[in-house]
Amino acid sequence: MTTSSTVHSTSRNFKNNARDQLANEDLQAALNKARGHFVDGRATARDNLPEFDDLRDQARGIKDHTLEHLDFYLEAYEEKVVESGGHVHWARTAADAQQIVLDICRSVDAKQVNKGKSMIGEEIEINKALEADGIRPIETDLGEYIIQLRGELPSHIIAPAVHLTKAQVEASFRENHTELDEDRVLEEPLSLLDEARTILRKKYFEAEVGITGANLLIAETGSSIIVTNEGNGDLSQLIPKVHIVLASLEKIVPTLEDAATILRVLARSATGQEFSSYTTLSTGPKREGDPDGPEQYHVILLDNGRTDMLGTEFEEMLRCIRCGACMNHCPVYQSVGGHAYGWVYPGPMGSVLSPGLIGVDEAGHLPNASSFCGRCEEVCPMHIPLPKMMRHWREREFESHLSPGSVRVGLGVWSFFARRPRLYQLATGLQMRMLSWMGRKRGRLSSVPLAKGWTKYRELPAPQGRTFQSRWRSGERV
Amino acid sequence: MATDSNRDQILSSLRRSRGRDGPVDEATAESLRARIAGHKRNIVPARTDTDHAGLVDLFETMAQKVFATTTRVSDMAEVPDAVAEYLRGANLPSEVVMAPDTDLDAAPWADTSMLEIRRGVPDEPDQVSITSAPSAVAETGTLAMYSGPAHPSTLNFVPETHVVVLPASRVVKSYEDVFDAVRELTADPDRGGLPPRTVNFITGPSRSGDIEQTLLLGAHGPRRLHIVIVEDD
Repeated sequence: MTTSSTVHSTSRNFKNNARDQLANEDLQAALNKARGHFVDGRATARDNLPEFDDLRDQARGIKDHTLEHLDFYLEAYEEKVVESGGHVHWARTAADAQQIVLDICRSVDAKQVNKGKSMIGEEIEINKALEADGIRPIETDLGEYIIQLRGELPSHIIAPAVHLTKAQVEASFRENHTELDEDRVLEEPLSLLDEARTILRKKYFEAEVGITGANLLIAETGSSIIVTNEGNGDLSQLIPKVHIVLASLEKIVPTLEDAATILRVLARSATGQEFSSYTTLSTGPKREGDPDGPEQYHVILLDNGRTDMLGTEFEEMLRCIRCGACMNHCPVYQSVGGHAYGWVYPGPMGSVLSPGLIGVDEAGHLPNASSFCGRCEEVCPMHIPLPKMMRHWREREFESHLSPGSVRVGLGVWSFFARRPRLYQLATGLQMRMLSWMGRKRGRLSSVPLAKGWTKYRELPAPQGRTFQSRWRSGERV
Repeated sequence: MATDSNRDQILSSLRRSRGRDGPVDEATAESLRARIAGHKRNIVPARTDTDHAGLVDLFETMAQKVFATTTRVSDMAEVPDAVAEYLRGANLPSEVVMAPDTDLDAAPWADTSMLEIRRGVPDEPDQVSITSAPSAVAETGTLAMYSGPAHPSTLNFVPETHVVVLPASRVVKSYEDVFDAVRELTADPDRGGLPPRTVNFITGPSRSGDIEQTLLLGAHGPRRLHIVIVEDD
């Protein structure tokens, strides 16, 4: 066995990660450039389509209906894939999925695997498994190619290299493409793209296997759909003799018409495009007489913790179509970037999904990385109540005694007083008078016992000396 | 690799989450099968509520918005000159690889000494491809391509420049219209009841925003998409 099932996440260190990222000048410069781009793009796309909000409602309805009957639709889908000459493999865990991919690769004696962008590929760490087996994985999406050279995780689900400046990309290209002229000019983004294009072009024709993800699976036809802008996913699946699709099982919808509705909100929510450059439906292997296309077509349906979310307060997360709008609009993500979250799914959707997939022990305090401003839910094309679900995870984290001791003791003390109203009034009254006395000179406090984390970055205005309840009682009700 | 037991376990947890210990009951299954077979349309944007000439105009405007270029000619006889002129104007080579597509045979390619044409699938060094499009969606300026013996899908992606010959009569309103056309094709008994292996919806040339969110054309697929609209109506 060469597969690995250990999750490599640093989500536990969110606080330290975030501190480092806030001090990272390159990251802050890169995030500044990206910020307006996605937000304005989505707003314009929404304004250009009067039906946008009605489409969102329908899209949610389609997903809810599908989740309600997921077993039926998956079986119907499987039947169609088989009918069109393809294969369906069911994987309960990341290790199962790795093993299936390796078995297929071995069966055709693969030396090189070309990859379109796939978040499931990241989730199951397929590159590591392939490399351990002596197979060379080549990421072909420009952003994924860049982070593969740098040995990094994607920092965004649709823009994997959004954390990098062009100078950093240039440095990575110079370090890796040593066969090229040292004196070449690489300053402009276009020259960087051209270099990557030239290098990858040859590699497209060398691989025995191509792996893509799937944005949607269609029960009606047994098709998988990928949505891309670069065309790399298409080159990766058309040229090698084997096409493997990595998909999580909630990607399924009943019909092509249902897919159209979701596609209409996907690109608009993601990049602000009306439609991405390439939307590709693949059904089985190439037909008799076709001059190109893969000879084998395999779909791996991954569970990896998703079925356990069904029927719980986290079920609605499975409506997610991975557009990234929640992170594009999140003030926390916009400040710390995706790597601070420590695993493959960052931002609000990651804060809800990651604890579900890798456990509350590992990722349980990501849901604390939220100001609960509600922007994520507002822009989510599938109306996923992300803030509510983050609160649910916080409750779970507390119940399983994962929150720090000081928090637990503090809440314990508060609940002792909260259940004894007279004592509560006495204690808060004393506290108000004391804080007011402490701040009597400047009207502000620069340090408060037990609240140093708060006063480290700002001052606390001193209270005027009485509690709200005592003022209410004495008739100050205006 | 024990995917059978994986399959059983996944299906049974899915069922348990719905409070069932087996598949859906027969009445429900019947209604779900009917939902698939009926493939009812959801909301289709009203921007395509116009006559056919309006649809062709909308298609052209939307395609230009995503950086495709277009020319209109009045019949197939004018296509070869229009293509040659475009290639010359953009300083592109005159060697082209063209789909072995009988639709394209209607144009008098032999009369144009400006083009060197090879029919078939593209190789890595090929710079320009010519294909027809069986369908095009006005809603977003999107071409629809179906793979088949006369339609290699690699022609849509490998060369740097993709020239598409589109009879105006093939412009439809929405993706849903394309799906219906694909279903009709699938029903053809010669096809063994199977849809084309690959259906490509193409909206503008290849692009990437992966370096500092700067929009760049020609990431891996074509840098240029040129559409020759043949006004055959």
